[in-house]
Amino acid sequence: MHKPSKSDPIADAGSLPCDYVHFGDDTPLKLDSGMELAPLTLAYQTYGTLNANKTNAIMVCHALTGDQFCAGTHPITGKPGWWEMLIGPGKPVDTDKYFVICSNVIGGCMGTTGPTSLNPVTDKPYGHALPVVTIADMVRAQVMLIDHLEIPDLFCVMGGSMGGMQVLDWAAKYTDRVFSAMPIATATKHSAQNIAFHEVGRQAVLADPNWHGGDYTEHQTSPHKGLAVARMAAHITYLSEAALHRKFGRNLQDRDAVTFGFDADFQVESYLRYQGSTFVDRFDANSYLYLTRAMDYFDLAADFGGQTINAFAETKTRFCIVSFTSDWLFPTSENRQIVRALNGAAADVSFVEIETDKGHDSFLLDVPELFETVTGFLNSAARQRGLTG
Amino acid sequence: MDDLSQLTPKPPRDRSDLQLICNMVAEGSKVLDVGCGDGSLLKMLADRKNVAARGVELSQAGVNRCVAQGLSVVQGDADTDLETYPNKSFDYVIMSHTIQATDRPKTVLSEMLRIGRHAIVSFPNFAHWLVRYQIALKGHMPLSENLPIPWYETPNVHFCSIKDFRGLADEVGATVEQEIAFDGEGRQLAGWRGGTLANLMAERAVFLLSK
Repeated sequence: MHKPSKSDPIADAGSLPCDYVHFGDDTPLKLDSGMELAPLTLAYQTYGTLNANKTNAIMVCHALTGDQFCAGTHPITGKPGWWEMLIGPGKPVDTDKYFVICSNVIGGCMGTTGPTSLNPVTDKPYGHALPVVTIADMVRAQVMLIDHLEIPDLFCVMGGSMGGMQVLDWAAKYTDRVFSAMPIATATKHSAQNIAFHEVGRQAVLADPNWHGGDYTEHQTSPHKGLAVARMAAHITYLSEAALHRKFGRNLQDRDAVTFGFDADFQVESYLRYQGSTFVDRFDANSYLYLTRAMDYFDLAADFGGQTINAFAETKTRFCIVSFTSDWLFPTSENRQIVRALNGAAADVSFVEIETDKGHDSFLLDVPELFETVTGFLNSAARQRGLTG
Repeated sequence: MDDLSQLTPKPPRDRSDLQLICNMVAEGSKVLDVGCGDGSLLKMLADRKNVAARGVELSQAGVNRCVAQGLSVVQGDADTDLETYPNKSFDYVIMSHTIQATDRPKTVLSEMLRIGRHAIVSFPNFAHWLVRYQIALKGHMPLSENLPIPWYETPNVHFCSIKDFRGLADEVGATVEQEIAFDGEGRQLAGWRGGTLANLMAERAVFLLSK
């Protein structure tokens, strides 16, 4: 496999401890925008072993700020992978049994072609010259990946939030290659409120004088302040009022009284500032613009004559939808729309709403009911698939 | 997870109706159990009749229990969610000991007959002699092993008798293909179909309907 050249100021893409596949000019990725992306590099990580029949592969799709390091220890941050609690030997997604594939999405900044990659035309980072990508484009790239790995079909495709959007796109457009699907805390389209929050975040980035029209790398700087504000605003939407109250209340940060100034008097302010400042060290501002845009553009029904039910007509895929009571970004009502469409298509579907005050981020957290649901669903699908061990 | 007290409605201790329902279902058919609780009936049908088993359940505890067992169950409400299914998408739509807890039993039964080729309904008979006795002579709402919850807590808001249910079946244009009345121990009251005696002696009944 080809190793791409060093091109990523965030992560030294060529040296990440993961696998890469390179597609040349002869196999461009055809984008929804009508443009083509070539050459293309996909950075991916696998866990477990592909069985002889190639029937045990699970595609894990990451969310907005996730990456291919879903299990084990993240090689850059040194922290557990974003789904480390769910994926691993003996865990709900049991890597003794399944072969897990997770690739960095196109437009991302962890080794897959994105704004920080070299534009072959200019020999400089793409920046804003990268064509706008969509959820469907991300999935097309993943299809190229499993073709490259010579895996005919996936035992399961799973993911939460933006990952869940990819799962829905997979199941709708490649149903013959998806035995089972778990879209979690997601929706068939991005709501007006969610687009609005994303726009606030993007405007914070664009307003940073260090953005330089997207060519900040050329100016050897980065719109850290704008990106941090974007992350702070977004982070609030990932939690819930109850969770914020439980964690912080109105508690003061390292002081006994308010200071009558604009320092971080409250713990919740300090927490958000910390979230913002650590995020900019691991994420590229342009990637943030591209990926939030991809989510905004997602509207599954639009590709099927305006009817979500058509997206799942004749589907043979088994579905398990999961939502969380305190998730106000992708509330149960949005997830239920998926269930309604699947019921309408007479699909095999399970739907669980899990009670928790942890908000949208619940899908990434220690929520035992989620683990039980994943275990039960995968075990049953494995029996139907004839997988043993 | 083990707290199934929020299941709606609370099932009676004796579930011999499940066996009777199981006998009515054809091998290898496609079944929707509405108000499937912890999935006991679906599991029985999947194991014994090799059916494609689907369920709807109101309580999170019930749904989680079902999905963790590998059953395809969605969290939903019989009163509002049956409309999402297409016509005749199941061979059997089943409600065991649940219809009396719905807001609109007539609409629910009509929907069951729309989305299923058959509907199977089991329910407690409110004209059982013990119920009549408790109301008529003791002067209070019935309490028994079959109806264990007092009036102020029961989820059963639309009680009916066997006679009432026959009337509802008639009103929605359903054909009664089979009717089994049985006592508290699940013993069938044979040969009493259509008679008024079943309405007096049976604690529960199962109907197989079509339209």
